[in-house]
Amino acid sequence: MKIPVTLRVNGLTHSLEVPAHHTLLDMLRGPLGLTGTKECCAEGECGACTVLLNGRAVNACLVLAPEADGAEVTTIEGLASEGRLDQLQSAFLEQGAVQCGFCIPGMIMAAKYLLAMNPHPTEAEIKVGLAGNLCRCGGYSRIVAAVTAASGREPSHD
Amino acid sequence: MTDPRWIGRSTQRAGGTARVTGAQRYIADLSLENALHVKLVSLDCAHARIRSIDTGAAEEVDGVRCIFTAADLPRPVPRFGPTYADRPVIADGETRFFGEPVAAVVAETEDAAELAASLVRVDAEELPAILSIDAALDPAAPLVQDPAIRREKRYAHTNILDEWHFGWGDAAHAEAACVIENDYTFPMVTHFAIEPHAFLAAPDANGVTVWSPIQHPFVLQRVVADSLGWPVAKVRIVAPDPGGGFGGKGWPKFEPLMAFLALRTGRPVRLVLTLEQTFQAARRTSARVHIRSGFDPEGRIVFQDINSDFMIGAYADVGPRVVSKASYAACGPYLTPHARVTARAVLSHTTPSTAFRGFGTPQASWAVESQLNEAAARLGLDRVEIRRRNLPAKGEAFIPNDTPSDGEWAQALAKAAEAIGWDRPLPAGRGRGVSFGLKSSSTASASFVLARLHHDGSASVLSGTSDMGQGARTVLAQIAAEELGMPPDRIAVVMGDTSVVPFDSSTSASRSTVFMGNALVKACRDIRRQLARMAAELLGAAEDAVSVEPGRVSVNGRELTYPELLKAYFGPPRGEVIGVGEERNRFIADHPLGGKPAFWELMCAAAEVEVDSETGMPQIHKIVLVSDIGKALNPAQVEAQDEGAAVMGIGHTLMEQLILDDHGRIRNLGSIDYRVPTVEDAALELHSILIENGDGPGPYGAKGAGEGGILAIAAAIGSAINQAAGISLRDLPLTPERIWEAILEKEVHAAL
Repeated sequence: MKIPVTLRVNGLTHSLEVPAHHTLLDMLRGPLGLTGTKECCAEGECGACTVLLNGRAVNACLVLAPEADGAEVTTIEGLASEGRLDQLQSAFLEQGAVQCGFCIPGMIMAAKYLLAMNPHPTEAEIKVGLAGNLCRCGGYSRIVAAVTAASGREPSHD
Repeated sequence: MTDPRWIGRSTQRAGGTARVTGAQRYIADLSLENALHVKLVSLDCAHARIRSIDTGAAEEVDGVRCIFTAADLPRPVPRFGPTYADRPVIADGETRFFGEPVAAVVAETEDAAELAASLVRVDAEELPAILSIDAALDPAAPLVQDPAIRREKRYAHTNILDEWHFGWGDAAHAEAACVIENDYTFPMVTHFAIEPHAFLAAPDANGVTVWSPIQHPFVLQRVVADSLGWPVAKVRIVAPDPGGGFGGKGWPKFEPLMAFLALRTGRPVRLVLTLEQTFQAARRTSARVHIRSGFDPEGRIVFQDINSDFMIGAYADVGPRVVSKASYAACGPYLTPHARVTARAVLSHTTPSTAFRGFGTPQASWAVESQLNEAAARLGLDRVEIRRRNLPAKGEAFIPNDTPSDGEWAQALAKAAEAIGWDRPLPAGRGRGVSFGLKSSSTASASFVLARLHHDGSASVLSGTSDMGQGARTVLAQIAAEELGMPPDRIAVVMGDTSVVPFDSSTSASRSTVFMGNALVKACRDIRRQLARMAAELLGAAEDAVSVEPGRVSVNGRELTYPELLKAYFGPPRGEVIGVGEERNRFIADHPLGGKPAFWELMCAAAEVEVDSETGMPQIHKIVLVSDIGKALNPAQVEAQDEGAAVMGIGHTLMEQLILDDHGRIRNLGSIDYRVPTVEDAALELHSILIENGDGPGPYGAKGAGEGGILAIAAAIGSAINQAAGISLRDLPLTPERIWEAILEKEVHAAL
């Protein structure tokens, strides 16, 4: 069974019909061609598919596509504007937080939500905010440093 | 050489922007026109005899194009593997591990393939599964592999795939004042790269193209070609940058099957594994190490007598090499007068084990380093001091007739001790630990590379190395920039296509910076030699009157940039200069490993850990990592690799283990039940210190890096936990439950 869905993704409106059991992740990566959002665990544990749904960070693998009807979605592709990187994107590069890169879109979207809720998080708050996003290449410290740098807060060990 | 411009600088990651914007195309992000979707069918147990496969209902599903089983393969069914060709392309009459596919459904959509896969009816009889070392070694045990296909005929009627004996002196009869004998175990763990494995294949004009996130494209090319019975020239491998490898993507898995499916259907085929299926595709070998160590009263090692059993899976994959390579250097970076190491690769009905960061060394190191701590306690010695007393001096052989100590190892120990605050008073409830890890690097292997200097003065590097996150692309661009005198952003590093790049043995053993790096330096210097000839010819000068520096050519006082020279030389039709580079480490037939390690990858790690005595929960306050790496071509990348490897090591030390049920099924399949470290599990403080004495065999004195960080973590953390809690654990992972039970046992014991 297919269900009509209309949603705005990164500022563009799309209307499409999706199978009822497909997830928001399936819809983004498939018919919408937005492969920047990654699939890993498909059960809401790894955070690789994190996107903003009406401003809130969600695991796109846990949202059914029809549930996103009428929603405003932001994916990693929606962060840079006119070739200018978002400050989180720049900070991840500058702090050497990117290795293989597969977790990074989800990591940046989770950080985006964190900073929207709490513009100057402490190190402990950043760790709580990113605890749902797995990285297997790095030691996490550079990712925490990147979020700290993007927030404009001085690094600390609080 | 003048001061380097690009070497030793933490230039930003090549390909970084694509990785933060979502533009980076990993394999599952590629779409091939007209592609069919593949789903695999497997059984709900490890070991079974397949009586029949009924595909009738599945074939009725709209959009199904093909249901492929062993019956569709030539007879005998092609078998593959990097060293032992023992694994059938698809299960043939019998499954030997949980998740081994018995059929592949190919359909127009993923949904159709999934539905049809669920309708394939397999009539199978479950058979007893070999799921432990003891079960495998029982003389009455069923054989995991058919003796007819076994290569080591001596062991063909056992579950021992192969056995190795290394050593020197006479460990069996050596006498020592202090003898310590223990068993240590290391669990099965899985790589859990965030990118699950995915594969594409399509027929092409020459034969077949296979897309895979493989670390070693040329190994895959050979294996696919062998499976098809074709020459390698007819098989093209495209290997986009992997989303994490760690050894799990080193060796072929489902690529031979995908090649058959593409040829059978005549269309592109696509298979993206779930994370659960990825768990069933590759793992680290578990190990049980029985070790008897002898020390003199001053703590000097007299002998090491080691018996290691590694439980590999149902097929060899690269498991035997893991076992032999790690066991050869099992005694670690210490002077060991007498050594006897016996190691067995034991077959079982489990996921085929493969390379995993550290390549067997973390398993060996856990035992040997823990023994040093026990000896220190027994002899009343400090754990740093006992290590210091046993280290070889630089240049001193510690394995007879092999590559001697090639670094300042005592300096690494001193720095680690200082950085962790070894001599400072311990806060209550905390412990500290220190450990070395030493890994044999690449032995016999070869890297070839092409460097092309284009007519406008930009350059391309064509290399068979894979960039799986370690940053090979960045480092190769830095080397070419240094040698050719241009910024790295004028250099394109092309990788991952066997029809474009020349041969490279593998991206493994932390070898790429040394081998591919040296090859690239040679290729760039080849370009400079050609430029000298061209300048001499163009300006009518003697070749020795021409001097070629990075970026410029001088002839009798006249200076030309590279593009000026190329423009003048080639004129309007334009041209380019192609440099070729090659670096090989010789194959030595009578060396136990087929060649001497090019360098030793050495790590000294120290940890400070607090243990909650009520719950057994450990909290890692600090980890310091000291690596002796010769020269860091890109310090931030080296540090990031060390840090990442250390956190991965926290995984197998504290929480990771695959748990099997009686049917050989993995009970904690997937990310909910199999825990890997999150940002909250990482050390509160994590520091990487690099020792750079320019004493490596690689470019600018570099040694390899990338695996070091994981080698010494278990014993460093384990020692800290044992000290903090006053316990003595020898089985990994050191879960809170195990720690808590050990504390309880100690308290009960004390109360008696």
